[in-house]
Amino acid sequence: MSPLVSTICQFWSSSIGKKVVVALTGIVLVGFLAGHLAGNLLVYVGREATNDYAEFLMHLLHGAGIWIARAVLLTCFVLHIVATIQLTRSNRAARADAYEVKTSVRTTLSARVMIWSGLTILAFVIFHLLHFTVRIDQGLADLRDPLVDRHDTYGMVVRGFQNVPVSLFYIVALTLLCSHLSHGVASIFQTLGLRSKKTRGAIKVFSWIYAAIIWLGFISIPISIMLGLVHFD
Amino acid sequence: MNLTLKIWRQEGPDAKGQMQTVEARDIPEEASFLEMLDIVNERIIEEGGDPVQFDHDCREGICGTCSLTINGVPHGPDNGVTTCQLHMRKFRDGDTIWIEPFRAKAFPVVRDLVVDRSAFDRIIAAGGYISVRTGSAPDANGLPIEKDHADQSFDAATCIGCGACVAACPNASPMLFVGAKASHLNLLPQGKPELDIRVLAMVRQMDAEGFGNCTNHYECEGVCPKEISADVIARLNREYACASVKEGVA
Repeated sequence: MSPLVSTICQFWSSSIGKKVVVALTGIVLVGFLAGHLAGNLLVYVGREATNDYAEFLMHLLHGAGIWIARAVLLTCFVLHIVATIQLTRSNRAARADAYEVKTSVRTTLSARVMIWSGLTILAFVIFHLLHFTVRIDQGLADLRDPLVDRHDTYGMVVRGFQNVPVSLFYIVALTLLCSHLSHGVASIFQTLGLRSKKTRGAIKVFSWIYAAIIWLGFISIPISIMLGLVHFD
Repeated sequence: MNLTLKIWRQEGPDAKGQMQTVEARDIPEEASFLEMLDIVNERIIEEGGDPVQFDHDCREGICGTCSLTINGVPHGPDNGVTTCQLHMRKFRDGDTIWIEPFRAKAFPVVRDLVVDRSAFDRIIAAGGYISVRTGSAPDANGLPIEKDHADQSFDAATCIGCGACVAACPNASPMLFVGAKASHLNLLPQGKPELDIRVLAMVRQMDAEGFGNCTNHYECEGVCPKEISADVIARLNREYACASVKEGVA
């Protein structure tokens, strides 16, 4: 094994190395969320803008762009999950005997439930991909834009969120995503060594604001559709 | 004051432990927590029982020997003090107090409340030192050190290696200890030449000892008797990542 490969393996097998992988992949995923939200908010502009944007994504770099993005995201997603599950297992093993009484002094609920919010988000992402990307519901897959011959992404989103149980599931999952981000975004800075006396206050505020923007932006769409503020026609 | 103590009793490293209820009568509120246990132990001995074993040494809050998780908090409810500096006036007459050892796989229980913290010694032996003679104390300002770095190094150097960070962490991670011991040397000119090999060796030893890893709960800085900031963990993370890259490409 070459020294470089050996170092990479050693880095991955170390606790800090895995956390750095979690932080770096987290940056990609957190950045993706901002881009995804910006695109989604086009439903408030209307059908043409939403469908133009969907068409733009599908034809970016002659159709290769979206697959490159998917490959990068899938790689980051898998690395993020594998590393966190391995870290969680070693953390559980590090305290074989639990305390009879344990009192928390600093930690937050979001920090304590990271693995559970993360696994729920994993289940949600699988559902979300089947719902809007693979489109297992033929009714949503067959929708056509009434003006241009193309798939009606706008109509698919509106019809999809008019289903109240589905919308409620999205809202619950996105609330857990907000919780995950409120701890995760701040943790990126700590793990990459950017937290200090000067920056720790700003990092905490930034993390909360980022999580809140992502949460409010995403849940506003199913809520607006359920309330009839965004119509199919 | 009269108290009900729920104390972890365990006859040996491989024995199964359990909580035992002990009544502590007529405890003066000016007694320290360890003096309270001394009083309880004297009575147990007078009655022919086995005294509760616990670690202690200087009883001045500087040696890092005393431990105990009191009502679920390492070193108890007072801020910035070790168990030996915790006084019974922090409790109320009639209280029930839960006393357990510092729990971690890497800190095996020796007996009752005594745990083996030699994993910390092995982490220090792996890299928590400067391997050349640095001479006696240099003349003041003979070796220019940025004030901010001197202060941060001094703050890190206040770590007494008690292990409360491990005991408080939901993951039993010692990264506040390792970060403090590394920062204390890495920030100074004498420690910089060995920075990379130091952090690589200390972190690898930390992992080998079976400790967990930091997931940023910050419980450690909340219970640290020397109130060391988790910023030292951020610095350790950064230094380890940089040292790994250098090791890979050099």
